[in-house]
Amino acid sequence: MLEIDDLWVNIEDKEVLKGINLRVPVGETHILFGKNGSGKSSLLMAIMGFERYAVKQGRISFLGQDITQLPTYERARLGLGLSFQRPPTIRGVKTADVLRVCSRGAIVPEVLAAAYDFTEFLDREVNHGFSGGELKRSELLQLLAQNPKMVLLDEPESGVDLENLQVVGKIIAHLLQKDRRPQAREHSGLIITHTGFIMDYINADRAYILSGGRMCCQGNPRDLLHDIKNFGYEECAKCRR
Amino acid sequence: MSQIKARAEQSRQKKAAFGRDLNLEEFSRQGGAWEYDPDYRQFSPEERSRLLTAGIELTDEDHAGTFLQADQAIVHCQTRQPGVEVLPITEAVKRHDWAKNLLWGLVAVDADKYTAAAELELDNGYFIRALPGAKIAQPVESCLYIRTDRFAQHVHNLVVVEEGASLHIITGCATHPGVRSGLHIGVSEFYVKKGGSLTFTMVHNWGEDVHVRPRTAVRVEAGGTYVSNYILLRPVKSVQMYPTVTLNGEGAVARLQSILIAHPGCELDVGGRVILQAPRTRAEVIARTLAIGGYSMARGHLVGLVPDIKAHLECRGLILGNGVVHAIPELEGRVAGVDMSHEAAVGKIAAEEVEYLMARGLDEDEAVSTIVRGFLNVKIEGLPPALEAEMEQAIQESGKGL
Repeated sequence: MLEIDDLWVNIEDKEVLKGINLRVPVGETHILFGKNGSGKSSLLMAIMGFERYAVKQGRISFLGQDITQLPTYERARLGLGLSFQRPPTIRGVKTADVLRVCSRGAIVPEVLAAAYDFTEFLDREVNHGFSGGELKRSELLQLLAQNPKMVLLDEPESGVDLENLQVVGKIIAHLLQKDRRPQAREHSGLIITHTGFIMDYINADRAYILSGGRMCCQGNPRDLLHDIKNFGYEECAKCRR
Repeated sequence: MSQIKARAEQSRQKKAAFGRDLNLEEFSRQGGAWEYDPDYRQFSPEERSRLLTAGIELTDEDHAGTFLQADQAIVHCQTRQPGVEVLPITEAVKRHDWAKNLLWGLVAVDADKYTAAAELELDNGYFIRALPGAKIAQPVESCLYIRTDRFAQHVHNLVVVEEGASLHIITGCATHPGVRSGLHIGVSEFYVKKGGSLTFTMVHNWGEDVHVRPRTAVRVEAGGTYVSNYILLRPVKSVQMYPTVTLNGEGAVARLQSILIAHPGCELDVGGRVILQAPRTRAEVIARTLAIGGYSMARGHLVGLVPDIKAHLECRGLILGNGVVHAIPELEGRVAGVDMSHEAAVGKIAAEEVEYLMARGLDEDEAVSTIVRGFLNVKIEGLPPALEAEMEQAIQESGKGL
């Protein structure tokens, strides 16, 4: 579904991604590990096509189409959906309005919100005064409305309490069609996590470790998490499996 | 010569405290001799559509009363519901002796050359009154219309909401589609008596070279409420106004909201002042200014004279492309025990907000429009649907080509 070949990305004059190669097949969920500043968020932003992330070299394909030069909104309309780590507040714009926008009128925000116990937030300004858990739930609700084929999640569990983590985990599992048999899944995911907590709710297929803008390791998500916990990122970066 | 006239005479050349000074002799005092029109027949489709964008529907239906002054002429004046009275001001002072005593009771006749001109060369203006206890559900529609190019319109308006009454006035001020320049001087004095409630929604849609000098003051007695909504979305040459509301009875409330768009070449100097001089009074002044090439001075002044008052001033400016927004919020507490605050912010649209919405599938224009719509989203009850559509169109146009 998503194919990235030799991707080099700069933010202004700074190289943040240095030759990334990645394949996320249809129905699979992949995990990105890495220290702060390793390039994980930059990779998701570059996939989404944000202006600040200038592609210097390489190619991003989605559903067989080269999207490297496509504007962000066209990528979203093709089926890429991003949950932001720290989404901005947009004053005066209601959460319900954004939900409507995300689905391009296809869903009724009230119905969607009621199903996920989010009704009281519909009339509130987008992300204004939301707690950590509320922010993440709001982001995921927007993705549900958007119904993307490829889900990009930037630290979906950060700032979320245990009770909300369960809700967040269930929504992500739903977005990734984890209730279906693997062969029947049509949605894919690329998820950044530091703690790995979210992996309790989804069965991830593959994981990568980013270090200094490069993919330095890949393998089974649980094995990699185990290694990171036991040996730290420095050792993982050296290992180069 | 009366004392008022004498004071006005002395102020003929007096510059206003704020805003660009105008030479009144550059404008004509010769307006059209428009006939009284009970069915609004004299208005062309083009004029109707222009007035509609100022919130004026040109119908007596669904209105408690209607008033339309074109240049100097009263073209339409109707009262349709018991409990409300709508008259030209010149007629009202003949009918009610007391009305005369209310004129210049709140606005100083010698404030500047514009107030002086309204006294010395009055065209007319409206008198609108809600009788004691009358709850007027439908709005009264008033329209001050400049139909002749270069005309200087001088009006003096008086609104009286008697004890326990409630009233909503929608006033649309506009120019004929063929009028480019002109001057509107509007002195307005509103008296909201004990327990009364007045909502005053003013929409401006002037010609590009028209200068506007409203001079408004309001007095709200105990338990009364005054809500003002001011909407200016279309190009105008200059507007300078600084309405003052005095809350002089216990528990009186004022809420002043303005939504302004400063187009290229446009000079706005718009403020709102509330004087809280009785216990448990409350005030809120909210201004939203969008600069798309023009200049906007956004003033606000809250004055707390007694303890146990609460007031908040919120002034937000958004600059799209070029333009200037200069916010001057002032809080003046004269005693201990006042609770006053302000929030002012001027900036451009944050790129991360645009990208956030683009990640949800909106193109750049749609994203900017959504953010602008949110920025201007001030809840105003009872707007005619056509005006809401006009606001939507103005928002769409504002975000274009950035």
